[in-house]
Amino acid sequence: MDTQLWRIWVYLAETPLVGLTVTLAAYLIGDWLYRRARLNPLVNPVLIAVVLLVGLLMATGTDYPTYFQGAQFVHFLLGPATVALAVPLYRQFRQVRRHALPLLVALVAGSLTAAGSAVGIAWALGGSLETLLSLAPKSVTTPVAMGISQQIGGLPSLTAVLVILTGIAGAVLAPHTLNLLRIRDWKARGFAMGVTAHGIGTARALQVNEVAGAFSGLAMGLNALATAALLPLLIRLVFG
Amino acid sequence: MLGSLTLLLLCQLAGEIAVRLTGLPLPGPVVGMALLFLGLALRGEIPAPLTETAGALLRNLSLLFVPAGVGVMTHLALVEREWLPIGAALIGSALLTVAVTALVLQGMTRLLHKAGEAEE
Repeated sequence: MDTQLWRIWVYLAETPLVGLTVTLAAYLIGDWLYRRARLNPLVNPVLIAVVLLVGLLMATGTDYPTYFQGAQFVHFLLGPATVALAVPLYRQFRQVRRHALPLLVALVAGSLTAAGSAVGIAWALGGSLETLLSLAPKSVTTPVAMGISQQIGGLPSLTAVLVILTGIAGAVLAPHTLNLLRIRDWKARGFAMGVTAHGIGTARALQVNEVAGAFSGLAMGLNALATAALLPLLIRLVFG
Repeated sequence: MLGSLTLLLLCQLAGEIAVRLTGLPLPGPVVGMALLFLGLALRGEIPAPLTETAGALLRNLSLLFVPAGVGVMTHLALVEREWLPIGAALIGSALLTVAVTALVLQGMTRLLHKAGEAEE
């Protein structure tokens, strides 16, 4: 490579500018394709952006911590965005209160299904113990999932990855599953999305319908609480 | 815009402090969400600038998961070695969880609705 260009690259690679810019650019490409496909859940913008970025980083030999120096500015906004979910939730609160009991029962059923089925399937197909324990909290929003993973003996950093992959799988697969089951109520669709696919499911639900978005955000918060309370007990029962 | 962003950060900060003090198994931002919700309920309405700021953040919520998603590259070797159990668990569990949650919620709602009608 031309030495002048090389020097510019070495300089830029050390600043957060590149990581931040490529994150936004990759997402814009993903979002553009998603909109062109008329919000088809199979064309998930997070998945497209992640594939593009991993490809780019591997091609340029950039490691994750270097990339994250720039990407952390985007990552940081997850906190205030989670707080902001109170706004759609407040708008739907009368509906939430009216359905409190069904929501609670569905939450416990969904939370147990998420952890139980993931661990069961991976175990049946020969997953290692490390993988099984890291999979158990995968339907919960990242910071809580990492905490639970640590507590039960999984790998928190592997759990973080599995959480994101779960979110993508849920956002991609859930809409068609719900159509197939003829679930048309936006409250039920949103709530199921949030229990299955935490914030990534909520992002998808918000794009499609405000009521679904509010119930998905609610489900995400409640599922974090339910899984954190139930899972360590269950794991102690199963693995002694 | 700046005021409502500060409000969101203050709620998050209060949430982080509350979690540290009480040892609740929840992330600070989720507690912050509950605090903001309580504030809105006490006030009885959503201030217009907050509607705007929250809307701007939530419209781009998907983007915020991208940096963490790229973290998959740090575990590529393990994911490659155990791609079948991991892939099947993620896909199977997503299908089952969404179906069970939605069907239980729908079933319970109908059941209670019928019980309510019978009482009247």
